[in-house]
Amino acid sequence: MSLLITLYLSFFQVGLFAFGGGLAALPLIRDQVVVIHPWLDMATFTDLVTIAEMTPGPIALNAATFVGTRVAGLPGAIIATLGCITPSLIIVLILARVYRAWKDKAAFQGVLGGLRPAAVALIASAGLSIALLALFGHSTRMSLSAIDWIAVACFILALFVLRKWKPSPILVMLGAGVLGTAAKLLLP
Amino acid sequence: MPDHKPSLLTLFLSVFKISAFTFGGGYVIVPLMRKRFAQQLHWVSDEEMLDMIAIAQSAPGPIAVNTSIILGYKVLGLKGALVAVLGTALPPLVVLTLISLVYEAFITNKIVATFMEAMRAGVAAVIADVVWTMASGIARKKQPTPIILMALAFIAVYFFKAPIILVLLVCGLVGLSDAWLRGQRKEATP
Repeated sequence: MSLLITLYLSFFQVGLFAFGGGLAALPLIRDQVVVIHPWLDMATFTDLVTIAEMTPGPIALNAATFVGTRVAGLPGAIIATLGCITPSLIIVLILARVYRAWKDKAAFQGVLGGLRPAAVALIASAGLSIALLALFGHSTRMSLSAIDWIAVACFILALFVLRKWKPSPILVMLGAGVLGTAAKLLLP
Repeated sequence: MPDHKPSLLTLFLSVFKISAFTFGGGYVIVPLMRKRFAQQLHWVSDEEMLDMIAIAQSAPGPIAVNTSIILGYKVLGLKGALVAVLGTALPPLVVLTLISLVYEAFITNKIVATFMEAMRAGVAAVIADVVWTMASGIARKKQPTPIILMALAFIAVYFFKAPIILVLLVCGLVGLSDAWLRGQRKEATP
């Protein structure tokens, strides 16, 4: 029982202090599950990062489920996930009420007017990191010889299809996966 | 066919589907939500969706969770917020529980690894598409402040790895003072 409470509190802290989502949460998660509590060793934590990036859903929730399962089975997974989303529920619900009440106030619109371009910039920054990883693979240098031409072709084709026909992005992502995998396995 | 009346079931299924099929973390999930709820279902306007994304990013926690909470609350109140967060959290819970049981076989499987790698190109294209649409939406208003803020915020985060909370704080303050200055000018020239 006390283990479940510790799990809950650990991921509560991850949820509470992780600003900016996704990869920004990783150092916090490492602190909680490798440094403070002996739940994972560093190698398993690295695997966890790979798995979290390979599987759908928010990275912090993937980590919570993975660690929770290993520490205390399914109850652990559920408790860790709940711990991770509790701070969000409290804080965002307060912000949602503030938004509803102040939406038309000039000052609040001013703040939102500044946050909107920042939101776009954050998405663009994360997108560029993913694009470079996709097009250059894991090589540290961006050289012409490191370019993954199959990925480049998939990227251009996917972007063209998205702009032209506006299909479901899920289909485009799965399509790129199937096409890229087929090309990589079949082409010499 | 898009149905225009918000319902808990449609909310749950939409969020669940997006969370279940979206690889690459919050920044991919959020654009998908915008597409589904603003452009397909028309439950919120594009502008409101962008507001909600901005607010979700200003709070701690997974961005996808935050966006679904504020979106659920906006369309269907507290019930909506809880249903949306349940829909977002369930897919990772199920998928990761299964994978953590067989994770060594999963992580060393060559086809799985190739597929995940190949899909990144599609993920990058989806984000590029959304950034294109959102950035041109901001540029089209032809106000200098948001355009400059967008460029500076990008440089600060991408090249200088500035803390995100700091960037948001500065952008919020600049927006606030910009609005205040415009208010002053309006009063000065009645």
